[in-house]
Amino acid sequence: MTKLLLCLMLIGLNARAATVPVAATDLAHRWDAIYWFLVYLSLVFFVGIVGAMVWFAFRYSKERNKKPKYIHGHTGLEIIWTVIPTILLFVCFGWGWAVYQDMIHGPSDAMEVRVIGKQWSWQFIYKNGTSVSNDLYVPVNKPVKLIMSSEDVLHAFFIPNFRVKSDVVPGMYTSVWFEAKVPGIHQVFCTEYCGTVHSGMLGRVVVLSEEQWKDWLAGKKIDVDSLPADPTFPGYRANRLGEGMPEAQAAAGKGGQVSLADKGKALTAAKACTACHSSDGSKLVGPSYKGIYGTDVKVVENGQTKTVKIDDNYLRESIENPLAKVVEGYPPSMPAFKGQLSEEEIASIIEYIKSLK
Amino acid sequence: MAHAQSGHGSNYLNHSHGLKSWLTTLDHKRIGLMYFVTIMVMFLVGGVFALLVRWELFSPGLQYFSSPDKYNQAFTYHGAIMVFMVVIPLIPAAIGNCVLPMQLGAKDVAFPRWNLVSFYVYIFGATLAAATLFVNKVDTGWTFYAPYSIRTGTSATMVLLGAFIMGFSSILTGLNFIVTVHKLRAPGLTWDRLPLFIWAVYATSIIQVLATPVLAITLMLLVLERTIGIGIFDPKLGGDPVLFQHFFWFYSHPAVYIMVLPAMGVISDVIPAFSRKPVFGYKAIAAATFGIALVAFIVWGHHMFVSGQSEFANFVFSFLTMLVAVPTGVKVFSWIATMYKGSLRMNTPMLYAFGFLFVFTIGGLTGVFLAVVSTDVHLTATYFVVAHFHYVMVGGTLLAFLAGLHYWFPKFSGKMYSEGPAKLAAWLIMIGFNVTFFPQFILGVLGMPRRYADYLPQFTELNRVSTAGSWFLGVGFVIVLVNIINAVRNGKPAGANPWGSLTLEWMAPSPPPHENFLETPVVTEGPYEYRGEKALMGSNA
Amino acid sequence: MANSTGSVSHLDRHHAHHFESAVAEFEACKQGMWIFLVTEVLFFAGMFMAYAVLRVFYPDMMKAAHQLLDWKKGALNTVILITSSLTMALAVSASQRGEKEKIVRNLWLTFLCAGGFMVVKYFEYSHKIHEHILPGALYNYEHLTMAKVPLFLSVYFVMTGIHGLHVLIGMGIILWLIRRASRNEFGPNYFTPVEITGLYWHFVDLVWIYLFPLLYLVS
Repeated sequence: MTKLLLCLMLIGLNARAATVPVAATDLAHRWDAIYWFLVYLSLVFFVGIVGAMVWFAFRYSKERNKKPKYIHGHTGLEIIWTVIPTILLFVCFGWGWAVYQDMIHGPSDAMEVRVIGKQWSWQFIYKNGTSVSNDLYVPVNKPVKLIMSSEDVLHAFFIPNFRVKSDVVPGMYTSVWFEAKVPGIHQVFCTEYCGTVHSGMLGRVVVLSEEQWKDWLAGKKIDVDSLPADPTFPGYRANRLGEGMPEAQAAAGKGGQVSLADKGKALTAAKACTACHSSDGSKLVGPSYKGIYGTDVKVVENGQTKTVKIDDNYLRESIENPLAKVVEGYPPSMPAFKGQLSEEEIASIIEYIKSLK
Repeated sequence: MAHAQSGHGSNYLNHSHGLKSWLTTLDHKRIGLMYFVTIMVMFLVGGVFALLVRWELFSPGLQYFSSPDKYNQAFTYHGAIMVFMVVIPLIPAAIGNCVLPMQLGAKDVAFPRWNLVSFYVYIFGATLAAATLFVNKVDTGWTFYAPYSIRTGTSATMVLLGAFIMGFSSILTGLNFIVTVHKLRAPGLTWDRLPLFIWAVYATSIIQVLATPVLAITLMLLVLERTIGIGIFDPKLGGDPVLFQHFFWFYSHPAVYIMVLPAMGVISDVIPAFSRKPVFGYKAIAAATFGIALVAFIVWGHHMFVSGQSEFANFVFSFLTMLVAVPTGVKVFSWIATMYKGSLRMNTPMLYAFGFLFVFTIGGLTGVFLAVVSTDVHLTATYFVVAHFHYVMVGGTLLAFLAGLHYWFPKFSGKMYSEGPAKLAAWLIMIGFNVTFFPQFILGVLGMPRRYADYLPQFTELNRVSTAGSWFLGVGFVIVLVNIINAVRNGKPAGANPWGSLTLEWMAPSPPPHENFLETPVVTEGPYEYRGEKALMGSNA
Repeated sequence: MANSTGSVSHLDRHHAHHFESAVAEFEACKQGMWIFLVTEVLFFAGMFMAYAVLRVFYPDMMKAAHQLLDWKKGALNTVILITSSLTMALAVSASQRGEKEKIVRNLWLTFLCAGGFMVVKYFEYSHKIHEHILPGALYNYEHLTMAKVPLFLSVYFVMTGIHGLHVLIGMGIILWLIRRASRNEFGPNYFTPVEITGLYWHFVDLVWIYLFPLLYLVS
């Protein structure tokens, strides 16, 4: 009998674990404790209420209980079910508040990283000037504090495995802190609706061992794909999305060699070009990039249709002033990027498109 | 009793004829009916958007919508339509307009002309907002957070104006009901003899009157922000986007009590009638109703725990939010205690009341997770919140509305609906609802954010279950509507009081005459005095 | 003021069918207007909150910005409005006695005061428009470039603008009352519209009495 109960408990606990993210920090464990307490407390009340209700439906159905009892109330009972929930609620409040205090007040020697949220990517800027897009490299077992603001609209920075979340506000700094205990990748989501690519504004916390962190600081490129995947979903590499959505790819930190084409690829994600232009030939709002470089295309210019060759100048014009020539069969919806991209950035996008044969 | 009930005589439906007599009516019952039909149409539109959203979320990637923008528009319209055009006016305007004056023994509301005006204001505002469906659909979410709502080039201004106008309809209804309850009670109808449905709608009306004007100024300021750039919410002009959230939630939190308090009022009337005994703890339920209405105004910041507001604000708002759970619990326990040693008749209204208790309990308990700041940090802005508010709003308000619909339908149509399809629909809705929304709690805890057009593949299975549930839910609602429409055409005569209820509206014929009562009723006891002979009557179907 | 709980015969007139008496109808109308005024308080309260936020967080800016306002015109408008409240009150008591000429005269005086208020406002606004002392993004006044001053102007224009709109609406209602009064529609049996318009008008005056010192005399 005890063996059976133990088995059931193990099964239960495993099933239970599947419904929460892995706890990758100490505070995440403390969060889990109060969360499960609330779950069990809720279960008790739920079973009590629904149980009573279902029992009464049978026991006091009109067939089984023809004469109802004339009752107006019972002061004692009413007092009990007012006072006891009040006490329980304030126990929950108190415990929750204690955990919250530690969630927002981190150690004063935490390593600070600046976070800039923008439509639709994350930029992480370290004290030494390193700037990384979408991948936040941190050392394991060391406290990290993020100081965050937005360039445009509201965003929110959410790391489920760490139980960390805060809005990222334009015009104001907010902050969070954590000390990661589990090396590898941890998913980051934007959780404040911010427009078109809100669900594509993903990121990763890349938690490095002491060795790897030293390497990264020295400028060595880390092969992120070889690191342990997000432990909450071990079967998946936790940063990809399905078709049609822009990929939030990582750009390497200072010192790593990134090809111009790779820079361009990251840029097309960061600037949300991929919301309308696919890289695999599928037709979205705009034409696909795949295989177009060097080919001829029919465009509408000033109401007239003509054929042009897709070369560097055409691509540059399409980026800076897209409504000058609109590919036939597509809507004139593309925003203009004139003045928004540096020379290097335009060149990198052109190189990327060239590379998609 | 038997002879006063047939629909052969003159009643409010055949009192006058022609479209004009309806469009210019001052009869609260006709106005209630017009509200009911219009709100049901809006509900179908909002529901279609919901089905589209769930359809898109069946798999990761974008399958149905050609771009994430279209998905964002879909959830915006789903939310805006359901909140402003459906759930807020639903029970007060559709049921309250019909029932409240009659439960008071009155001939009409205090200001019948303003009642009609409130209907047309609602139509005008709703039309303005709905027109944007054809002109550059809005994609801000129903919460219109700045600065995105300032920047978006869509027709947000028109939707904001539409919502602004609809707010006046809500205010006028509330104002009318308050004066009606104060001034038009039948002789002998003292405050401690009022049906709890009246207490509920009365408290709701006070919230409507106090909170809606703040929404009005908020929306107006946002319109001015978008049009001339007044700057108070725009960080580019030195303003504060978090200030918008304070303004917005100062209304929108009380608004959810505008949605749920009338629902609780319906349950408070239905359960005693179908248990054949007085409601347990009448005074406590009335007091709890007012307690909830009051506390509703001081907890808005619990929507903003991670917005960047101060630690002190978080402490205060969390503490006060815990308070609101207490009167809510008192009500639920009282309703269950009402069933104890009753003689329960499980007709459709009671079935929905049971469903309400099941679903609202889950919704209320999950609210505690969100009221505690530390658990909220992880859960806010995820699908956990989406599940929570659907449990209380759909599970709560909508199920209670359906209870009220089936309870009062015989009174206002004079006909009885088919019990079989009604019960089938109720079960479909209950099962469909839970299958749709319970998985979303788990999705939320696992980290799936809300308002996501696309999601990581690991969330697929739970999303698929949820989408499948939405189909059962949709079918259930369709059966309800078809059954009601069929009853209107072919239902058997219902009689004045098929349920054996004791509140005043059941003393009039079904359908009631234009003036409601053949003689002004005089009240000598409470509304739930089911005892002796009266307790043994009631539906025996 | 009206002796509302007086004998039924005092207000013995035809009333809507759902009220038991004309007194009940009168009482209900008054209550309705009071509740409406409560909603107006909440509506303006939102704007006062915006003002309070600026005042608490940017007191120096508020001190500098309020000097852009012409307190003399504001004070004149205050006197005008208080006078109009007096004439309105006189119109109400005249309507309770059915003194037609007095009703019409006092309503006209109230109307003229309101008009005067709007004229002074016109001069205030047009001067600001001319100098580009405008709300938010429209602000372009080179003599005061402190940060967030345009937000003060936004609060100023929104609050006084909405208040002015209420004055205009009140003027329209007063015209309608003048028409009805000249047709002898008001007397001891029935003066409800004048009474409740009076309530509305006093409220509009009261809002200004709060607005004026907060906006013009901040120190």
